[in-house]
Order: sequence, then structure tokens, then C-alpha cells
Amino acid sequence: MREPTDPPVVGVLALQGDVREHVAALRAGGAEAVAVRRPGELAAVDGIVLPGGESTTMATLAARWGLLEPLRDAVRAGLPAYGSCAGMILLADRLLDAPPGQRTVGGLDVTVRRNAFGRQVDSFETRVELDGLAGGPLHAVFIRAPWVEEAGPGVQVLGRVVGGAADGRIVAVRQGDVVATSFHPELTGDRRVHALFVDIVRRHLADAERGEP
Amino acid sequence: MAEDLDRTDVGTVRVKRGMAEQLKGGVIMDVVTPEQARIAEDAGAVAVMALERVPADIRAQGGIARMSDPDMVQGIIDAVSIPVMAKARIGHFVEAQVLQALGVDYIDESEVLTPADEAHHIDKHAFTVPFVCGATDLGEALRRISEGAAMIRSKGEAGTGNVVEATRHMRALRAGIRRLATLDETELFVAAKELRAPHDLVTEVARLGKLPVVLFTAGGIATPADAAMMMQLGAEGVFVGSGIFKSGDPAQRAAAIVQATTFHDDPDVIAKVSRGLGEPMVGIDVETLPQSERYASRGW
Repeated sequence: MREPTDPPVVGVLALQGDVREHVAALRAGGAEAVAVRRPGELAAVDGIVLPGGESTTMATLAARWGLLEPLRDAVRAGLPAYGSCAGMILLADRLLDAPPGQRTVGGLDVTVRRNAFGRQVDSFETRVELDGLAGGPLHAVFIRAPWVEEAGPGVQVLGRVVGGAADGRIVAVRQGDVVATSFHPELTGDRRVHALFVDIVRRHLADAERGEP
Repeated sequence: MAEDLDRTDVGTVRVKRGMAEQLKGGVIMDVVTPEQARIAEDAGAVAVMALERVPADIRAQGGIARMSDPDMVQGIIDAVSIPVMAKARIGHFVEAQVLQALGVDYIDESEVLTPADEAHHIDKHAFTVPFVCGATDLGEALRRISEGAAMIRSKGEAGTGNVVEATRHMRALRAGIRRLATLDETELFVAAKELRAPHDLVTEVARLGKLPVVLFTAGGIATPADAAMMMQLGAEGVFVGSGIFKSGDPAQRAAAIVQATTFHDDPDVIAKVSRGLGEPMVGIDVETLPQSERYASRGW
């Protein structure tokens, strides 16, 4: 049986991408982190992280190994989820500039544009202020990053790019227990985004134990 | 530091190395046409390497192998949404400038092409686009990193379909890293001298127990089992050159190698995806190659 003091178990989709960095960041944030490649492994987690990587590769492998539908069902049913970069693309309900037929997990009522900031030569680092995150702006690393072109009414915009050609573009969102960032907090030493997500997973577990939705 | 950042901070070490982190656990495939690039993307490749000729054809046809035609690279960039890499000759910094101007996402300073400089590799710090370089052992890997490489791959012996050289290089890299972890501060100075590598990088590897950049494997990978073996030997991802589009059923073989890379520790999966793949590429025994035709000896 789970004790209230036990750390939550957070899975990292481990089909491809910067899985190791997310695992380290989740552990630093107080979670037990495990790799998820199969439906049975997904069923055993309290929250799921969709890492940075190539969204087409992850979607192709997830579909081929029977993980896409279980992921979609789990997130729809309320499993807390966090996606960085490719993970944001996978959590989006709608995509722009994606190859025809690219499938997603969905769960976020947003339209995400792939490679929105440009190619690798345009990848950049900057600071982003995140709504509700104490301790000042985050050091944000954007790599062939997407942005949120449009967010539905139930989506909370957490952060935007300030300055430059992409001034005002949405790069961090939250809808219920689903969070997504265009950038990669796992590539910096700043663990605040992962701690925020672990806290969401904890609250979700506590609510579930009290029998609340 | 974060305090000094503004929107224009492109081409940083973190952005260059971070790009390679996103490719981990994936397969990068050599392609020579937009159609092949789309087959690779559909099969689950994390990136494609745009080339005029795959290494097996470079071997067969001989002559000087150079950077690909810009039209050909552009056609592949336009065809896919995944990152596109391209090769420049060792030391040919103007080929690299051209590839950066075309917007390729990574440059492979590659021994598969004919070297353009007998003494100097490209100063990779001078570029916004990141570079991957080949290495046969730890010293060579660290020399490339000190020149600015943001990703390392084993050289193997490209275009042979023979994994033996990639195995040798992966084992040498790993053994070199393990050895450093056993040395004390005084011994690390001597190790740096022996490795002909900067002392600060040698110390960093000893402390991390790994390279400070992502390590892929390349050079002779032709089957799903080859890819999985390289992953089990410590590779963080796989380059497949001639092995896919010189085989009987490229789309199926490409998908199989992608799956074997993800599930590299699961023999049941590797067995399943290895069935019915048709003919692999015809291989070459490396021992029969004269020294002048061994690409791994290019670069230093």
C-alpha cells in the first residue's frame, strides 16, 4: 500500500529523447522516476513526462508498440502529464507544420506549431518568467522549439517569450494537471518546473485518495 | 550566465550539445533523395544525413568525395520535418560555411569524404551550427571536443556493412573513459599528455564517467542486432549509412533498426523485428581493404 509520505512514481516516456535528464530532474524534485516503454509500465505510474526528442519518432514508436492509445486514454482520464518541446507537440490537440498524418497523444486544447522558431541555427537561450513560479525567471533553452499558436479557453498561459522577433509567443501552458513548455528545463540545473509538476502529481494523488475528482 | 542573456543568444555550447541530447536513443539515416528522406522519417528516424552518394558507392566509384550539391541538400531539407545533417570534408571550413548558410541542423566533419586539410580539423567554435565528429578512441574524441564538436560518433568503417571496427572503437572509447575514472589528480596530468588532449577535458571525463557530449556509433551497422549491440556497448544512438538503402527492403529494415535501438536490451523484440527483412547490404571484410581505403585512419 502507498503511504502518504511515499514519493509519487513519475514515468518518463523512454522511446527516444533526453530521458536521462528528465529522470534526474524528477528525482531532484522528490519523485521516484521510472522509464516507460510499454503499456504495463504506463499503468503503474502516478504521472507521465513526455521528454524532449523527435515527436515524429516518439509517435511512430508509440503507435507501433500499442502505447499511443493507452497514453491518450490515461491523459484524458486525468493522469498528470508534463511535456517539454517534443513532449509539448505530443500533448497538443492540434498541430501546424507537421508531416501529414502525424498523430499525438493530445489532452491540451492548444494548436502547436512545430519548429516555430526556425532550424537549429536559430536555437537559442533566454530567460522566461513563469506565472506562479517563485524565484524569478527561468533560464530557458529552446532547441528547434515549437510554440503555442492558439490556446483554448480552458488553457492557462504560464509564460511567453519577451523581446525579439517572437515577442509575446506562448511557450508554457497548463490545463488542469497537464503542463507543457516549448523549452527544456531538464537541460539546466534549475529544477523548479519539475518540482512544480511533482507537486501537481502529489496533489492529484491526495485528491484521488479523498475520492475527489 | 542567465543574467546576461537576451533573445539573440544562439549557437551556445548548451544549445549545440542540447540538440544532440534530443537525438539520443534514435537512429540517423543516410539518404540521397527526398523520397529516401521521407521513407526514413516514416520509419521513425530522428534525423537524416543528406548525401550525394552513400559510403558504399563512394568506395565503389572512387575519386574525390566532397560536400553534396546545395540543391540536393535543400531538396531534402524541404522534404522532411526532422533535422537534416550534412557532411563536410575534414578541415574544409568553407564547405561548412556553405552548409550552415543552407540551414542544415548539424554538420558531420567526416572521414567518409576525402580530407581537405592534412593537419587541421575545422575550428568548430567559430560556427553557429553544431558539429559531430568521428573518433576511434578517447584521445581523438577529446581533441575533436576541444575544437568545438558538440557530438561524437565512433568512426567504424563506413560502407562495409561490417560492424567490427565500430565495435573496436566503442570498446576503446568506453575503456578509455573507465580508465580515467580510476586515476588520481596527479595521474590525470600524465593521462592528458598520453591522450594528447586538454587537461580540463580529461578531468571532466574522469569526474563524469562519460564524455561531456552525446556519443553515437557509426560505420558498418547493417542489421537490427548490430544497432542493439552498439547500444549495449554504450552508444547513445546510431548512425546507419549504406546499411538501409543498399538493402533489399529499405523501409522495413529502417523501421526494424529504429525499434531494435529503442528496445536494445530486449532480445525478444530484436528477434521479432529481425524476421523477414530480406537481403542485407553486401558486406566487405575490412581485413581485405588496403590501408589507403580505410576511412577510419583519416583524421588524427
